[in-house]
Amino acid sequence: MHISEGVLSGPVLISGIVLAAAGTAIGLKKLDYDHIPRAAILSASFFVASLIHIPIGPSSVHLILNGIVGITLGWGAFPVILVALTLQAIFFQFGGITTLGVNTMIMALPAVLCYYLFGRMVSKKASIAIPAAFVCGAFSIFFGAIMVGLALIFTEENFLKVSYLVVMVHLPIMIIEGIITAFCVAFLKKVQPDMLPGSSEQISFAPQKEAAGD
Amino acid sequence: MLQEQFSTGNSQIHRLDPRFKVVVATVYAFVVALSNRFPALIAALIFSFALVGLCRLDFLEVAKRIALVNGFIIFLWLVVPLTFAGQPLFYLGPFGVSSEGVLVSARITLKSNAILLAFIALIASSTVATLGSALSRLRIPEKIIYLLLLNYRYIFVMEEEYRRLLRSASIRGFRPTSNLHTYKTYAYLIGMLFVRASDRAERVYKAMLCRGFAGRFYSLHEFSFSRLDLIWLVVMTIAIIGLEILEWVKIA
Repeated sequence: MHISEGVLSGPVLISGIVLAAAGTAIGLKKLDYDHIPRAAILSASFFVASLIHIPIGPSSVHLILNGIVGITLGWGAFPVILVALTLQAIFFQFGGITTLGVNTMIMALPAVLCYYLFGRMVSKKASIAIPAAFVCGAFSIFFGAIMVGLALIFTEENFLKVSYLVVMVHLPIMIIEGIITAFCVAFLKKVQPDMLPGSSEQISFAPQKEAAGD
Repeated sequence: MLQEQFSTGNSQIHRLDPRFKVVVATVYAFVVALSNRFPALIAALIFSFALVGLCRLDFLEVAKRIALVNGFIIFLWLVVPLTFAGQPLFYLGPFGVSSEGVLVSARITLKSNAILLAFIALIASSTVATLGSALSRLRIPEKIIYLLLLNYRYIFVMEEEYRRLLRSASIRGFRPTSNLHTYKTYAYLIGMLFVRASDRAERVYKAMLCRGFAGRFYSLHEFSFSRLDLIWLVVMTIAIIGLEILEWVKIA
């Protein structure tokens, strides 16, 4: 879910850069030096997970996982997604320099919204957490696709139908992401609940106690 | 799965100062992205092609990348000319193909590929490690650089971890198809990847503290701005000014 170089107009590109810079600044402020190794290694795992192709009918889709990035990292999603997109551009030339801001917004804004909307719910009991996780996964894609559509429409009014198609194309991906996010949250609740927000420990960003004491 | 195949090479462009390459690639990308007239865009595409040519990269690999990245462009060509308001150029069954739509699609195609090729030549010709230290010399916030470099360092580790998980799943008879069992298996696999990453992060951080990590990385890269860089600075400046002239000056 990203927009190629050369598609968007100047004002859209600039607004994307300004907004993404603001989000990243907030994210970096909440992320102090001690937590950077943790955020970086987690984001490496998100990066690898987003390369997995999940079969759907005769085709396959790759995961985006910004919902789960959001609930585990909160505002940290902004710098982490910015860095992931930079690496994606260097490795595969998907996206690029001018669209970095817009593409960061497309993925990171839904992620942060997911953190606020579903962050609490996923650490409640399973009958609330699992449906919430499904909605979180689906919502993050849907909202991202809407953002792609908006970026296109603000560039050129006649892109309305293209934008509409972009959102439609993402509908099956929404469902897959929802299912994967739901199962993934169920798994984390069993295996490592402290990676999810709202739990008593909440290590996802909190400093390592033992390490700090040493 | 992950390779930086364009970063190895010994061409002039590979030997340029990465700080210079990052700056010039950014300026060039914005200049092309904001251009709209065909003479400027065609000139940009030719110039970008020349840059890639000078890098002496594996032609097949470059072609593969271009094909892959143009997926969205093909999608635009399929939709935009049919849905764009404007004078119909000709009719495809009941649909009018608008000439404005064709022009917009053509413009985007030229821009997109010109920027892409320049990116391959100027950015993908350095490794992420080099780019990281170049960016830090360019006063990008240090936290971003650390995030980038550590992320890059562990992507390969996490990829290996993922392959191991997938191998053990397939040894146990896992064959991905489109059903709920497959999705559940992938989700657990991904969950396990996150758990392993989290455990590893803790170990790595402790190991870093043991070795005296005090919130700073030190880079041993020394960059120097050579005569070659100066020549290229002139070349790129002329190219960019040329594009701007083609964009703004109407040639009768």
